[in-house]
Amino acid sequence: MHAAVIVFPGSNRERDIGRALQKGGAKVSYVWHAEHALPAGTDLAVLPGGFAYGDYLRCGAIAARAHAMDAVRAHAERGGFVLGVCNGFQVLCESGLLPGILMRNAELRFTCRFQHLRVERNDTAFTLDYARHQAIEVCVAHGEGNYVADSATIDRLEREGLIAFRYCDADGVVDSRSNPNGATNGIAGIYSDNLRVLGLMPHPENLIDPLIGGTDGLAMFTSLAREAVPA
Amino acid sequence: MKARITVTLKTGVLDPQGKAIEGALKSFGIEGIGSVRQGKVFDVEMADGVDADNAQTVLKQACEKLLANTVVENYRIEIL
Repeated sequence: MHAAVIVFPGSNRERDIGRALQKGGAKVSYVWHAEHALPAGTDLAVLPGGFAYGDYLRCGAIAARAHAMDAVRAHAERGGFVLGVCNGFQVLCESGLLPGILMRNAELRFTCRFQHLRVERNDTAFTLDYARHQAIEVCVAHGEGNYVADSATIDRLEREGLIAFRYCDADGVVDSRSNPNGATNGIAGIYSDNLRVLGLMPHPENLIDPLIGGTDGLAMFTSLAREAVPA
Repeated sequence: MKARITVTLKTGVLDPQGKAIEGALKSFGIEGIGSVRQGKVFDVEMADGVDADNAQTVLKQACEKLLANTVVENYRIEIL
């Protein structure tokens, strides 16, 4: 599986997610935001964490209009896989590839901590190596992760099973105490209609090595390396 | 020609920054404030030769494409 990590001015997690993808078994290349095309044979486009364009105007707003994003949109329209983490999720929402928007955390604080997530479904290319409703421990590190959309959109995401992850406690219980940012319905990540575009605020790429606190994030990358390939 | 674009949050969208500012103003003893919503203002200088009708069209495009996220924000264009 070939992954192309898009690098914007202000991205800062591209090497971490590149390492996680490689550890999962993918081949990784890095694509500068001003490029007009993804490398031939790209299966998965990845938007890393960071502060693309300084998050000026709104988080992800300017990055969403970069040349490389036209290529990512075309890739998604062809049925290609796309993963956006943290700032990458914000870029996906601003680009129109996913609905809704990430607003300022309800408590107005940048939150950086370990965080459990409940895996809502394990039948997508991103989650086959997890169990359904497994509580996995990853990290959050963001100031604008409060997922908001109009109620019709939230209803549709819920009804059509497009919620990927919810914030939960260590036992998998979703409640307001385990919600780090006030996100609607504890939403930490969502899928596109075809389940091939995933955006999530938490960082699975941080938890791929026991030396740095755990390996619960790795299953996303092993699953992707095996599954995110042309059918 | 100059123009001003004002971007505000739609009614009903939670605005924690506005709330915090509102709380601060009240805590300073500034009385008579009901509530505060925070927005953004863009002052734009139009290029030479652009007339008011053109400016409206161009600025609407700018708002829709970048300056406002119409999921949660409204915008207002004023030609000054």
